[in-house]
Amino acid sequence: MSRLIRMDHTGHTTVAEWTSEDTAAQEAAVTAFREQLDSGYLAMVTTGVGHAEHVRELPLEADLVILRRPIAGG
Amino acid sequence: MSGSAPLPEVAAVHWRQPADARRIDARGRAWTATTAAHVTPFVGASALLLALEPLTFPVGLVLIGHAWAIPELYAKRGANVLRRKAKGTAAAEQTALGLLGDLVGHRSREVLADTGLLVERADLGTWILGPAGAVLVREGTSRVHCYCVGVDDPDLPPSDRIAHLLLALRANEQSFATVANLAFSGAAWRLRRRLPADGRRALDAALALERAHARERGRDGGVPRPLGAEVAPAPD
Repeated sequence: MSRLIRMDHTGHTTVAEWTSEDTAAQEAAVTAFREQLDSGYLAMVTTGVGHAEHVRELPLEADLVILRRPIAGG
Repeated sequence: MSGSAPLPEVAAVHWRQPADARRIDARGRAWTATTAAHVTPFVGASALLLALEPLTFPVGLVLIGHAWAIPELYAKRGANVLRRKAKGTAAAEQTALGLLGDLVGHRSREVLADTGLLVERADLGTWILGPAGAVLVREGTSRVHCYCVGVDDPDLPPSDRIAHLLLALRANEQSFATVANLAFSGAAWRLRRRLPADGRRALDAALALERAHARERGRDGGVPRPLGAEVAPAPD
């Protein structure tokens, strides 16, 4: 089971879940992913120990995709 | 860690040069020079007054007090980047802490549980991440660079704020340091005495990690720069 989660005021919220067999869930996840990016979130996947990278398309093979807000200097 | 694509946030500060090791060190030296330029006139005036007329020593003491206060105020500004923001509900913080704990190793989790701050080793040195900023202990030194950087969402719990910084740091360290605003650069001992107890423990953990990394590099045939005294006074 793969998950798309968004960090928010609740800690984090699961936006979508999908499996490699469930194409309907995958399509719903891709749609939800694009909506989140359109609303200003950035998507990240962790890639090994101590590394992460941004993604612009939902990587369906990833176990966990995290949505975050942009950071800025204070 | 810095070889990947730049953070999207860099576009908002496109005029800034990428904060690589050379630029960070140069900014640190410039910070010290600026502080010295602020302090020296007060010390000089105090000495001159005392030489011309010893009875002016009370004025000289006031001037020396000013000279002492300036770097201390800068250090306080640096310490403020690690201040804790008590936002969000306890349940939200617990959920956020669970996610953050999953992203880091055992040692970092221990420091996080003890201090509420995250210690993360990277290419430029060891970072301490808080909800509203970050401190970089430069590789092979005990010099610190304090940055104001955060996420503009008032409802986020503290651990989510730290997770935002951690993910951005891991995606591209240079971009992270470029986006962040420098609040202080100087000796670790000067910052340490302005930090609350949990901040001091996190700084000690970062300095210890940096020392251990330098020892490893030495064993591997690297040539680490000599480490400064951990908390002993040294010139800024």
